[in-house]
Amino acid sequence: MKRFLLPLAIFVVVVGFLGIGLTLNPREVPSPLVGKPAPDFSLPQLHEPQQMLSLQDLRGKVWLLNFWASWCGGCKEEHPVLMQLAKNGEVPIYGMDYKDRRDEGIAWLQRWGNPYSVIAVDESGRVGINYGVYGVPETYVIDKAGVIRYKQIGPLDESILDKKIMPLVRELQQQ
Amino acid sequence: MRRWLLVLLLIPCLVSAEEAKPLAENPQAEARLKTLALELRCLVCQNQTLADSTAPLAEDLRREVREMIAKNMSDQEIRDFLVQRYGDFVLYRPPLKATTTFLWLGPFLLLVVGGGTLALALRRRAKTVPAPALSAEDHQAVAQMLSEGTKRS
Repeated sequence: MKRFLLPLAIFVVVVGFLGIGLTLNPREVPSPLVGKPAPDFSLPQLHEPQQMLSLQDLRGKVWLLNFWASWCGGCKEEHPVLMQLAKNGEVPIYGMDYKDRRDEGIAWLQRWGNPYSVIAVDESGRVGINYGVYGVPETYVIDKAGVIRYKQIGPLDESILDKKIMPLVRELQQQ
Repeated sequence: MRRWLLVLLLIPCLVSAEEAKPLAENPQAEARLKTLALELRCLVCQNQTLADSTAPLAEDLRREVREMIAKNMSDQEIRDFLVQRYGDFVLYRPPLKATTTFLWLGPFLLLVVGGGTLALALRRRAKTVPAPALSAEDHQAVAQMLSEGTKRS
Protein backbone atom coordinates (compact mmCIF):
# COMPACT_ATOMS: atom_id res chain seq x y z
CA MET A 1 0.00 0.00 0.00
CA LYS A 2 2.83 2.35 0.97
CA ARG A 3 4.50 2.09 -2.45
CA PHE A 4 1.49 3.79 -4.07
CA LEU A 5 1.67 6.83 -1.82
CA LEU A 6 4.40 8.66 -3.72
CA PRO A 7 2.93 8.20 -7.23
CA LEU A 8 -0.45 9.23 -5.85
CA ALA A 9 1.07 12.37 -4.31
CA ILE A 10 2.74 13.27 -7.63
CA PHE A 11 -0.53 12.64 -9.44
CA VAL A 12 -2.43 14.94 -7.07
CA VAL A 13 0.16 17.72 -7.52
CA VAL A 14 0.04 17.43 -11.33
CA VAL A 15 -3.77 17.45 -11.32
CA GLY A 16 -3.64 20.50 -9.07
CA PHE A 17 -1.39 22.37 -11.50
CA LEU A 18 -3.46 21.37 -14.53
CA GLY A 19 -6.65 22.31 -12.69
CA ILE A 20 -5.34 25.81 -11.98
CA GLY A 21 -4.20 26.02 -15.62
CA LEU A 22 -7.68 25.20 -16.83
CA THR A 23 -9.25 28.04 -14.89
CA LEU A 24 -6.84 30.64 -16.31
CA ASN A 25 -7.82 32.47 -19.47
CA PRO A 26 -4.95 32.29 -21.95
CA ARG A 27 -6.41 35.22 -23.86
CA GLU A 28 -5.71 37.53 -20.95
CA VAL A 29 -2.09 38.48 -21.39
CA PRO A 30 -1.04 40.79 -18.57
CA SER A 31 -0.09 44.17 -19.98
CA PRO A 32 3.37 45.53 -19.25
CA LEU A 33 1.87 49.02 -19.62
CA VAL A 34 -0.05 48.98 -16.33
CA GLY A 35 1.72 51.41 -14.02
CA LYS A 36 3.41 53.18 -16.92
CA PRO A 37 2.51 56.50 -18.56
CA ALA A 38 -0.17 56.13 -21.23
CA PRO A 39 1.34 56.35 -24.73
CA ASP A 40 0.85 59.73 -26.32
CA PHE A 41 -1.57 60.19 -29.17
CA SER A 42 -3.24 62.90 -31.16
CA LEU A 43 -5.98 61.73 -33.46
CA PRO A 44 -8.92 63.23 -35.35
CA GLN A 45 -12.27 62.98 -33.67
CA LEU A 46 -15.02 60.77 -35.02
CA HIS A 47 -17.79 63.31 -35.29
CA GLU A 48 -15.61 66.32 -36.07
CA PRO A 49 -12.65 65.09 -38.11
CA GLN A 50 -11.07 68.56 -38.19
CA GLN A 51 -10.69 68.53 -34.43
CA MET A 52 -8.13 66.44 -32.64
CA LEU A 53 -8.20 64.54 -29.38
CA SER A 54 -4.89 64.12 -27.66
CA LEU A 55 -3.63 62.67 -24.42
CA GLN A 56 -2.67 66.16 -23.22
CA ASP A 57 -6.33 67.24 -23.31
CA LEU A 58 -7.13 64.73 -20.61
CA ARG A 59 -4.52 65.63 -18.01
CA GLY A 60 -5.81 66.18 -14.53
CA LYS A 61 -8.75 63.83 -14.57
CA VAL A 62 -9.39 60.15 -14.11
CA TRP A 63 -10.87 58.70 -17.28
CA LEU A 64 -11.56 55.49 -19.12
CA LEU A 65 -10.22 54.83 -22.58
CA ASN A 66 -12.31 52.27 -24.41
CA PHE A 67 -11.11 50.76 -27.68
CA TRP A 68 -14.10 49.67 -29.76
CA ALA A 69 -15.22 49.22 -33.35
CA SER A 70 -18.46 48.81 -35.21
CA TRP A 71 -17.26 45.43 -36.51
CA CYS A 72 -16.58 44.11 -33.03
CA GLY A 73 -19.04 41.69 -31.45
CA GLY A 74 -17.80 42.01 -27.88
CA CYS A 75 -18.33 45.78 -28.09
CA LYS A 76 -22.04 45.26 -28.64
CA GLU A 77 -22.03 42.97 -25.62
CA GLU A 78 -20.45 45.51 -23.27
CA HIS A 79 -22.27 48.49 -24.75
CA PRO A 80 -25.22 48.56 -22.28
CA VAL A 81 -22.72 48.54 -19.40
CA LEU A 82 -20.97 51.58 -20.85
CA MET A 83 -24.30 53.34 -21.44
CA GLN A 84 -25.24 52.79 -17.81
CA LEU A 85 -21.85 54.03 -16.65
CA ALA A 86 -22.11 57.14 -18.82
CA LYS A 87 -25.56 57.82 -17.42
CA ASN A 88 -24.43 57.97 -13.81
CA GLY A 89 -21.55 60.18 -14.93
CA GLU A 90 -19.05 59.16 -12.30
CA VAL A 91 -16.18 58.85 -14.74
CA PRO A 92 -15.85 60.08 -18.33
CA ILE A 93 -15.41 57.46 -21.04
CA TYR A 94 -13.36 58.33 -24.07
CA GLY A 95 -13.74 56.13 -27.10
CA MET A 96 -11.14 54.99 -29.59
CA ASP A 97 -12.73 53.80 -32.79
CA TYR A 98 -10.20 51.14 -33.70
CA LYS A 99 -9.53 50.23 -37.34
CA ASP A 100 -13.03 51.13 -38.35
CA ARG A 101 -14.74 53.05 -41.09
CA ARG A 102 -15.83 56.46 -39.94
CA ASP A 103 -19.35 56.24 -41.40
CA GLU A 104 -19.89 52.79 -39.92
CA GLY A 105 -18.66 53.91 -36.52
CA ILE A 106 -21.05 56.87 -36.55
CA ALA A 107 -23.96 54.68 -37.70
CA TRP A 108 -23.23 52.14 -34.97
CA LEU A 109 -23.37 54.82 -32.27
CA GLN A 110 -26.57 56.26 -33.72
CA ARG A 111 -28.16 52.87 -33.55
CA TRP A 112 -27.05 51.77 -30.10
CA GLY A 113 -26.37 55.08 -28.34
CA ASN A 114 -23.20 57.01 -27.56
CA PRO A 115 -21.68 56.59 -24.09
CA TYR A 116 -18.50 58.50 -24.95
CA SER A 117 -17.49 62.05 -24.07
CA VAL A 118 -15.34 62.25 -27.18
CA ILE A 119 -14.29 59.61 -29.67
CA ALA A 120 -11.03 59.58 -31.60
CA VAL A 121 -10.42 57.49 -34.70
CA ASP A 122 -7.45 55.16 -34.88
CA GLU A 123 -7.76 54.18 -38.48
CA SER A 124 -4.35 52.58 -38.97
CA GLY A 125 -4.38 50.84 -35.58
CA ARG A 126 -1.06 52.44 -34.63
CA VAL A 127 -2.27 53.94 -31.37
CA GLY A 128 -3.79 50.55 -30.64
CA ILE A 129 -0.37 48.95 -31.06
CA ASN A 130 1.19 51.55 -28.76
CA TYR A 131 -1.39 50.67 -26.13
CA GLY A 132 -0.81 46.94 -26.64
CA VAL A 133 -4.34 46.34 -27.92
CA TYR A 134 -4.79 42.91 -29.44
CA GLY A 135 -8.52 42.38 -29.34
CA VAL A 136 -11.24 44.95 -28.98
CA PRO A 137 -12.96 45.79 -26.73
CA GLU A 138 -10.22 46.81 -24.33
CA THR A 139 -10.57 49.39 -21.61
CA TYR A 140 -7.91 51.34 -19.75
CA VAL A 141 -8.22 53.28 -16.50
CA ILE A 142 -5.94 56.32 -16.70
CA ASP A 143 -5.23 58.54 -13.72
CA LYS A 144 -4.79 62.28 -13.35
CA ALA A 145 -1.09 62.13 -14.16
CA GLY A 146 -1.75 60.13 -17.33
CA VAL A 147 -0.61 56.79 -15.93
CA ILE A 148 -2.39 53.58 -16.92
CA ARG A 149 -3.72 51.97 -13.76
CA TYR A 150 -5.75 49.07 -15.07
CA LYS A 151 -6.42 47.28 -18.31
CA GLN A 152 -9.52 45.27 -19.05
CA ILE A 153 -9.20 42.83 -21.93
CA GLY A 154 -12.52 41.86 -23.46
CA PRO A 155 -16.01 43.12 -22.67
CA LEU A 156 -16.68 44.93 -19.42
CA ASP A 157 -19.48 43.63 -17.26
CA GLU A 158 -21.18 44.88 -14.15
CA SER A 159 -19.21 42.73 -11.74
CA ILE A 160 -15.82 43.89 -13.10
CA LEU A 161 -17.06 47.44 -12.97
CA ASP A 162 -18.34 47.15 -9.38
CA LYS A 163 -15.47 45.09 -8.01
CA LYS A 164 -12.44 46.47 -9.78
CA ILE A 165 -12.89 49.52 -11.94
CA MET A 166 -15.15 51.78 -9.90
CA PRO A 167 -13.34 51.30 -6.56
CA LEU A 168 -10.08 52.06 -8.39
CA VAL A 169 -11.56 55.13 -10.10
CA ARG A 170 -12.87 56.50 -6.78
CA GLU A 171 -9.53 55.92 -5.13
CA LEU A 172 -7.70 57.68 -7.97
CA GLN A 173 -10.14 60.59 -7.93
CA GLN A 174 -9.34 61.14 -4.23
CA GLN A 175 -5.65 61.62 -5.00
CA MET B 1 5.08 46.21 -88.51
CA ARG B 2 5.81 42.83 -87.01
CA ARG B 3 8.48 44.33 -84.77
CA TRP B 4 6.04 46.83 -83.37
CA LEU B 5 3.59 44.07 -82.64
CA LEU B 6 6.26 42.28 -80.67
CA VAL B 7 6.95 45.43 -78.68
CA LEU B 8 3.24 45.80 -78.02
CA LEU B 9 3.11 42.24 -76.77
CA LEU B 10 5.86 42.97 -74.29
CA ILE B 11 4.04 45.85 -72.65
CA PRO B 12 1.90 43.66 -70.32
CA CYS B 13 5.08 42.04 -69.02
CA LEU B 14 6.44 45.45 -68.08
CA VAL B 15 3.23 46.34 -66.30
CA SER B 16 3.10 43.17 -64.28
CA ALA B 17 6.73 43.54 -63.30
CA GLU B 18 5.89 46.97 -62.00
CA GLU B 19 3.03 45.66 -59.88
CA ALA B 20 5.06 42.94 -58.23
CA LYS B 21 7.68 45.40 -57.10
CA PRO B 22 6.64 46.25 -53.52
CA LEU B 23 7.10 42.67 -52.32
CA ALA B 24 10.46 42.15 -53.93
CA GLU B 25 11.56 45.73 -53.49
CA ASN B 26 13.96 44.90 -50.76
CA PRO B 27 14.44 41.14 -50.50
CA GLN B 28 16.96 41.61 -47.72
CA ALA B 29 14.48 43.49 -45.55
CA GLU B 30 11.79 40.92 -46.28
CA ALA B 31 14.15 38.10 -45.28
CA ARG B 32 14.93 39.92 -42.05
CA LEU B 33 11.25 40.46 -41.39
CA LYS B 34 10.63 36.78 -41.88
CA THR B 35 13.37 35.57 -39.52
CA LEU B 36 12.20 38.08 -36.90
CA ALA B 37 8.53 37.25 -37.34
CA LEU B 38 9.17 33.53 -36.91
CA GLU B 39 10.34 34.25 -33.35
CA LEU B 40 7.38 36.43 -32.45
CA ARG B 41 3.96 35.33 -31.33
CA CYS B 42 0.75 36.63 -32.80
CA LEU B 43 -1.48 37.74 -29.93
CA VAL B 44 -4.71 37.04 -31.75
CA CYS B 45 -4.00 33.47 -32.84
CA GLN B 46 -1.76 32.68 -29.94
CA ASN B 47 -0.15 29.56 -31.28
CA GLN B 48 0.85 31.10 -34.56
CA THR B 49 3.91 33.16 -35.27
CA LEU B 50 3.70 36.67 -36.55
CA ALA B 51 4.97 35.30 -39.86
CA ASP B 52 2.19 32.73 -40.25
CA SER B 53 -0.80 34.63 -38.93
CA THR B 54 -3.26 36.34 -41.23
CA ALA B 55 -4.97 38.19 -38.38
CA PRO B 56 -5.31 41.93 -39.08
CA LEU B 57 -3.21 42.74 -36.02
CA ALA B 58 -0.43 40.48 -37.30
CA GLU B 59 -0.53 42.32 -40.61
CA ASP B 60 -0.29 45.64 -38.78
CA LEU B 61 2.58 44.42 -36.67
CA ARG B 62 4.42 43.16 -39.74
CA ARG B 63 3.95 46.62 -41.20
CA GLU B 64 5.43 48.17 -38.05
CA VAL B 65 8.38 45.77 -38.12
CA ARG B 66 8.92 46.48 -41.80
CA GLU B 67 9.06 50.19 -41.05
CA MET B 68 11.46 49.67 -38.18
CA ILE B 69 13.70 47.62 -40.47
CA ALA B 70 13.57 50.46 -42.98
CA LYS B 71 14.66 52.79 -40.16
CA ASN B 72 17.66 50.53 -39.63
CA MET B 73 16.74 49.49 -36.11
CA SER B 74 18.46 46.43 -34.71
CA ASP B 75 16.63 43.13 -34.08
CA GLN B 76 16.92 43.76 -30.35
CA GLU B 77 15.36 47.21 -30.67
CA ILE B 78 12.48 45.78 -32.69
CA ARG B 79 11.89 43.01 -30.16
CA ASP B 80 12.02 45.57 -27.32
CA PHE B 81 9.41 47.68 -29.11
CA LEU B 82 7.01 44.74 -29.10
CA VAL B 83 7.86 43.57 -25.57
CA GLN B 84 7.20 47.07 -24.21
CA ARG B 85 3.67 46.88 -25.61
CA TYR B 86 2.70 43.24 -25.36
CA GLY B 87 5.06 41.82 -22.74
CA ASP B 88 7.39 38.83 -22.90
CA PHE B 89 4.46 36.83 -24.22
CA VAL B 90 5.27 37.95 -27.79
CA LEU B 91 8.63 36.21 -27.60
CA TYR B 92 8.75 32.51 -28.37
CA ARG B 93 12.01 32.38 -26.40
CA PRO B 94 11.19 33.84 -22.99
CA PRO B 95 14.10 35.70 -21.35
CA LEU B 96 15.72 34.29 -18.22
CA LYS B 97 14.59 36.41 -15.28
CA ALA B 98 13.16 36.03 -11.78
CA THR B 99 9.67 35.04 -12.93
CA THR B 100 10.92 32.56 -15.51
CA THR B 101 13.62 30.79 -13.49
CA PHE B 102 11.37 27.80 -12.86
CA LEU B 103 10.54 27.60 -16.56
CA TRP B 104 14.21 27.55 -17.51
CA LEU B 105 15.58 25.48 -14.65
CA GLY B 106 12.55 23.22 -14.11
CA PRO B 107 13.52 20.63 -16.73
CA PHE B 108 17.03 20.29 -15.30
CA LEU B 109 15.57 20.04 -11.82
CA LEU B 110 13.28 17.24 -12.98
CA LEU B 111 16.22 15.51 -14.65
CA VAL B 112 18.24 15.64 -11.42
CA VAL B 113 15.27 14.40 -9.36
CA GLY B 114 14.52 11.63 -11.86
CA GLY B 115 18.15 10.59 -12.15
CA GLY B 116 18.56 10.63 -8.37
CA THR B 117 15.48 8.49 -7.89
CA LEU B 118 16.69 6.02 -10.48
CA ALA B 119 20.16 5.77 -8.91
CA LEU B 120 18.63 5.28 -5.47
CA ALA B 121 16.21 2.63 -6.68
CA LEU B 122 18.98 0.74 -8.48
CA ARG B 123 21.20 0.79 -5.43
CA ARG B 124 18.39 -0.39 -3.18
CA ARG B 125 17.58 -3.23 -5.55
CA ALA B 126 21.19 -4.31 -5.70
CA LYS B 127 20.99 -4.70 -1.92
CA THR B 128 17.71 -6.59 -1.79
CA VAL B 129 18.45 -9.08 -4.57
CA PRO B 130 21.03 -11.48 -3.06
CA ALA B 131 23.79 -12.82 -5.22
CA PRO B 132 22.89 -16.49 -5.95
CA ALA B 133 24.92 -18.85 -3.87
CA LEU B 134 26.86 -21.36 -5.99
CA SER B 135 28.30 -24.57 -4.66
CA ALA B 136 31.56 -26.18 -5.79
CA GLU B 137 29.57 -28.69 -7.91
CA ASP B 138 27.78 -25.88 -9.70
CA HIS B 139 31.09 -24.29 -10.63
CA GLN B 140 32.36 -27.57 -11.92
CA ALA B 141 29.21 -28.17 -13.96
CA VAL B 142 29.46 -24.73 -15.54
CA ALA B 143 33.14 -25.18 -16.35
CA GLN B 144 32.35 -28.52 -17.94
CA MET B 145 29.51 -27.09 -20.02
CA LEU B 146 31.68 -24.22 -21.23
CA SER B 147 34.55 -26.45 -22.22
CA GLU B 148 32.13 -28.71 -24.08
CA GLY B 149 30.77 -25.68 -25.87
CA THR B 150 34.22 -24.64 -27.10
CA LYS B 151 34.89 -28.14 -28.35
CA ARG B 152 31.67 -28.25 -30.29
CA SER B 153 32.23 -24.99 -32.04
